[in-house]
Amino acid sequence: MNMLVCVKQVPDTTEIKIDPVKNTLIREGVPSIVNPFDGYALEAAARIKDKDPSAKIVVLSMGPEQAKAALKECLAIAADKAYLVSDRAFGGSDTLATSYIISETIKKVEELEGKFDVIFCGKQAIDGDTAQVGPEIAEHLNYPQVTYGLEAEVDGDVIKVKKEVEEGVEVIAAKMPAVVTFTKPAWDPRYPTIKRKMAANRAEIPTLTAADLPTIDLTHAGLKGSPTKVKKTFVPQKKTGGVKIKEETAEDSAKKLFQLLSDASII
Amino acid sequence: MEAKTKDLWVFVETNEDGTAKNVGIELLTPGKMMAGKQGGALVAVVIGSNVDAAVKAASEHGADKVIVVDGPEYAHYTTDAYTIALCTLVEKYGPTSMLIGATNNGRDLGPRVSCRLHTGLTADCTALDVDEESGNVAWTRPAFGGNLMATILCPDHRPQIGTVRPGVFKKSDAGEAKAEIIKEDIHVDAADIRTQVLELIKEADGENVDLEGAEIIVSGGRGVGGPEGFEPVKALADALGATVGASRAAVDAGWIAHAHQVGQTGKTVGPKLYIACGISGAIQHVAGMSGSDCIVAINKDPEAPIFDIADYGVVGNLFEVLPVLTEEVKKARA
Repeated sequence: MNMLVCVKQVPDTTEIKIDPVKNTLIREGVPSIVNPFDGYALEAAARIKDKDPSAKIVVLSMGPEQAKAALKECLAIAADKAYLVSDRAFGGSDTLATSYIISETIKKVEELEGKFDVIFCGKQAIDGDTAQVGPEIAEHLNYPQVTYGLEAEVDGDVIKVKKEVEEGVEVIAAKMPAVVTFTKPAWDPRYPTIKRKMAANRAEIPTLTAADLPTIDLTHAGLKGSPTKVKKTFVPQKKTGGVKIKEETAEDSAKKLFQLLSDASII
Repeated sequence: MEAKTKDLWVFVETNEDGTAKNVGIELLTPGKMMAGKQGGALVAVVIGSNVDAAVKAASEHGADKVIVVDGPEYAHYTTDAYTIALCTLVEKYGPTSMLIGATNNGRDLGPRVSCRLHTGLTADCTALDVDEESGNVAWTRPAFGGNLMATILCPDHRPQIGTVRPGVFKKSDAGEAKAEIIKEDIHVDAADIRTQVLELIKEADGENVDLEGAEIIVSGGRGVGGPEGFEPVKALADALGATVGASRAAVDAGWIAHAHQVGQTGKTVGPKLYIACGISGAIQHVAGMSGSDCIVAINKDPEAPIFDIADYGVVGNLFEVLPVLTEEVKKARA
C-alpha cells in the first residue's frame, strides 16, 4: 500500500486579528501550522498503516521553502518521506493551476516512490476554504474521488470511505487509485513521539522545481495560468448589535424575548 | 471554451424523492438579476431520477428554460455520472455563467466539472453581481475563516462558475410555470461510475441533521457545560420544530456529534431564526451562521462577541432562560 498525503502550510486563522484603524488583516506574528484537515488526512493514512505496517506514507506540499516545517511535522507524526514542490513560476496560482502543478508533481514523485494507490487531502485549507484542490487533482489524474471522508480502509483493490452526509454517514467504495478528501473525524490525530521528532528534524526534504517536471505546461501554472483573478479584498462590515434584553430575572428576560419574537412574527 | 450564448445556468440539485433542494431554487433569484444584466436567458438544469417536481419548481420560480436529464443512474448522486451529464450539457449549449449550490454534493461536483472544462470556479460565494466594467460575474466570498472577503472574476474562460452558499438568497414567490422544458437523454454506463454507495448509516438517534435546509436552528456551545446541557436546547428545538446545532467547542468536547456543528469546520446555515445558546461567537462560528435572517443570542457574559451580531441578545443563564422560553412557545402553539 503506497499512500500520498497532500498538505498545505497555513496561517492559524483562529489567531488572525483585524487592525481596527486600517481595517486590514494583521498577519505578523500569526503562527504557521499544518492545515488541520490535512492532519486528519494524514491520520487516516496512519490508521491504514497501523493495520499494514508495510504500507508507506509520502507527504507532498506546494509552497515556499518555509513549508518544509509543516512537512517535518508530518514526518514526526506518521509520514515516511516528504517532498516540497516550489518555484517562482507557481506564484499566484488559483485552485485550477495549483491542482495541475500538484498532479504533475505526483507523476514525478511516483517515478521515485512508486505508483500511489491512494491520494489523501484535507477537504479544504483553512486560509482559502475552497475545497477545490482535492477534486481537481482527481480530475487531472482521471481518478475517482470521495470527499468529506471521516475514515478509510483498504479492501482488496478498493478503498472504503466513511463519508459525512446530511443524513448521517455513507460508506462509499472507490476503485483504487483514488483521491479521498477528509473532514474532521470524532477522534484527535496522534501526536509525534520524541524519537520521530528528532529523526524528522534531521530529515532531508527534496525540493522539486518546474525544471524537475518534464511534462508540465507552464502556461497552465502561476498567475497567468489561473482562470480566476482576485479583483479586490476587503474586511467584512461588522453587523451592529440589536436589542439587548436584561430584565430583573431570567424568567422575565425569557418572556420579553418571546414577546419580541412573536410581535415581529418570527415565531 | 467559448460561450455560445449569454445564458446563465443554475444547477438545481435534487433530493432522492425528485424534489429540488432549496438552494437551487434560491439561486434562481440572483440568477434572474444577473441574466438580465448579461442579456441572456435564465436556464435551470435539473439532473436526477423522476424529477418532475424539481422541474416544476424551477419553472415556477423564474427559469426561462429548464434542461432536464432524468435517468435511473442519477437517482443517487455520484461524482462521475453528474460530471459527465453536466459537462455534456455545457459543451452542447455553451452558457456564459453557471451557479451551483454549495452543498456537500455541489462542492464535490463544481471542481470536477470546472476542471474538466478548464475554467475558473469560485467557491462558497455569499454575494453575486455583474462587474460593471467588464460584464463578468463578480463572485464575492469569505476567506481566512471569515476574516476577509474577496471579489473574484473569471475574465477569459467560459463558463464562469461559482458555488453559492445555501440560505444567502431568498426564493422568489412562486408564479406561473411557463418555462420551456428541454429533455436531454444522457446515459452513463455503470462502468464509468467508479464509486459505489455500500450503505447509509443514519445518525445514532435516528434524526436527520439537515442544518442547511432548516428554517429554525437552536444551537448550544461551551456554555451548555456538558452533554446533559443540550437537554434544554433540544427541548426548545422540539417545541419550535427546529434542528439542533452546536459550536465547535461543544463538538470537540464530545457533547454532541459533529454532524450538528455549525461554522467554518462544520455546516454553513441560513435559517430564518438562529438561537445561539451559550455560544461566545468566535469568528469561525459566525462565518457559518451570519447569513441567518434573525439571530438570537443567550449568554451570561454581556461582553460575548455573539451579541455584536445578534438581533436580540439575552444576557442571562441559559438554564433559566430556555425552559421559560420553551414553555411560552408551547403555550402559544397549544
